Amino acid sequence: MLGEAPRTLSEKVWDAHVVRSAEGEPDLLYIDLHLLHEVTSPQAFDGLRMAGRQVRRPDLTLATEDHNTPTDNLITIADPISRTQIETLRKNCAEFGVRLHSLGHAQQGIVHVIGPQLGVTQPGMTIVCGDSHTATHGAFGSIAFGIGTSEVEHVLATQTLPQHKPKTMAVNVTGELPAGVTAKDLILALIAKLGTGGGRGHIVEYRGPAIEKLSMEGRMTISNMSIEWGAKAGLIAPDETTFAYLKGREYAPKGDDWDRAVEYWRSLRTDEGATFDTEVTIDASSITPFVTWGTNPGQGVPLDAVVPDPESFEADVERTAARKALEYMDLKPGTALRDIGVDVVFLGSCTNGRIEDLRAAAEVLRGRKVADGVRMMVVPGSAAVRAAAEEEGLHEVFTAAGAEWRFAGCSMCLGMNPDTLKPGQRSASTSNRNFEGRQGRGGRTHLVSPPVAAATAITGRLAAPADLS
Amino acid sequence: MDKFTVHTGTAVPLRRSNVDTDQIIPAVYLKRVTKTGFADGLFNAWRADPDFVLNNPAYSGASVLIAGPEFGTGSSREHAVWALRDWGFRAVISPRFGDIFRGNALKDGLLPVELEQPAVEALWDAVEADPTLAVTVDLEAREVRAGANVWAFPLDDFSRWRLLEGLDDISLTLRHEAAVTAFEERRPQWKPAVI
Ligand code: SF4
Repeated sequence: MLGEAPRTLSEKVWDAHVVRSAEGEPDLLYIDLHLLHEVTSPQAFDGLRMAGRQVRRPDLTLATEDHNTPTDNLITIADPISRTQIETLRKNCAEFGVRLHSLGHAQQGIVHVIGPQLGVTQPGMTIVCGDSHTATHGAFGSIAFGIGTSEVEHVLATQTLPQHKPKTMAVNVTGELPAGVTAKDLILALIAKLGTGGGRGHIVEYRGPAIEKLSMEGRMTISNMSIEWGAKAGLIAPDETTFAYLKGREYAPKGDDWDRAVEYWRSLRTDEGATFDTEVTIDASSITPFVTWGTNPGQGVPLDAVVPDPESFEADVERTAARKALEYMDLKPGTALRDIGVDVVFLGSCTNGRIEDLRAAAEVLRGRKVADGVRMMVVPGSAAVRAAAEEEGLHEVFTAAGAEWRFAGCSMCLGMNPDTLKPGQRSASTSNRNFEGRQGRGGRTHLVSPPVAAATAITGRLAAPADLS
Repeated sequence: MDKFTVHTGTAVPLRRSNVDTDQIIPAVYLKRVTKTGFADGLFNAWRADPDFVLNNPAYSGASVLIAGPEFGTGSSREHAVWALRDWGFRAVISPRFGDIFRGNALKDGLLPVELEQPAVEALWDAVEADPTLAVTVDLEAREVRAGANVWAFPLDDFSRWRLLEGLDDISLTLRHEAAVTAFEERRPQWKPAVI
């Protein structure tokens, strides 16, 4: 019974949000925070208008502009269709009374970067957004997941969502990440091990000493990529690191409320003796810098390795997928990853566009130069990250190295705004998806961590900081 | 939402796994603010290849797509479902779907049918041998029929009922509005609000 049997973190958060539950029906879950951006919301607002409905809780709804926005200026959106989409969001937010962080606003940025930075993402919440990387917010111990536009409309109208309860999975990360190995390497290695469908139907909890040691930024990188191995959501138990990150942020509870909240947040940890439907274990101490060679995030290997031979895969579908991927990526089996040259290095996105990511890359770039013929773009995840980086002088490190210092947005994470790869160009990217054409039609993407991105920019080939003299 | 009961049509064999939603509809096509007009974006990059299966006139008019595992992974874009519907598809068969895609499809009357890999391969072979083969997707019986073969597929009762009746989720939820209001009264007041 509730409160008696030991429960996992995600079960506690789930149970605390059930508005109604009935045999044979999905649970009706209350949603604490609904994030919006311009791409997946216009049709939802249209639906409201057609049905004569209002936004039930504008105070629990927050919108930002990120996918279509340019990163070379804060004023002009050159593409008229992109501009219309942004203007539609502005009109909808004004009409329905939703708070919007527009281009130029001090708190504008990628939707999954601004929630945590404002302190509006807190432990024990339910958070949704018409965006698959909503899982990012799970790093705070919240059930956060991406939804489609029909569901966006549903949440706008009712502040709830009918949801079938997923199974639970524990990912136990034992040991400690070696020096120079990041959260990004860990999650890429995990996805390669478990496959793009490995987490399907599960809410995952990442736990164990290696996870506890991570900063909030690192935890967000892990949770962010939960969707890339099919998980519904990826949670990390709130702890002192979480509380320290939140304390004093604009929307964090204050005074007595803070104490009450922390007491509740502490109670959310998975109980001793609680069981998960599935458990997997991965040893962090064996992980080395990890990069992808193919066209899905599961097609990755250690940077020390070579491009695999498609024939080495057991399953027929995997062999076919690998063959197609190598053809698209224009790679030959047996090529050392370190021999792969790139045209563009992209540092940014909701996976690795936070201040710690910029610091890690700047440390590698300090006093060095981006290789001739390589374009490096540094795109902070939010206007606030950009301001913080400038305060620390990181922008000077980037520009002195010959990298571009740009404004906040999704940028080259997806080919929707002016920042795209040209056909045939190859990138090392700190984003989360290496799908065909993701960064621009015909573009080829290798997913990497921020330090690997920086080292790659310097050598012009996939490299780790340890390779630099 | 459009009802779905029983659908019979010809099928397209898409012999690929991990067909992510960026392939189903690339990001540049997501700028529209309407729910229709996405057919031109469907598999747009792949359609540039004359050998791509959707370019094969033998499969024109097909309304069932048969794909490899992990169909619809990646981005949450419901535009992927709208584009498939705009093109004329009513059902997609795959051994496994991305969760969000599957949820979106169920909301838009596109039936996601999960069949085991051997069944998918048998269907690929059958449809390639005879592109005019009628494939029936029967939601009432929860089975796929083609030629002499019958395969059962799983779908929870609630989703099936919604599709059979063509019900809209928001109206269903609004029947429980009192419960939502009661829940709101119980919520801790320190939870964040942005206005
Ligand atoms: S940065 Fe990339 S993954 Fe993140 S929200 Fe933007 S487009 Fe999506």
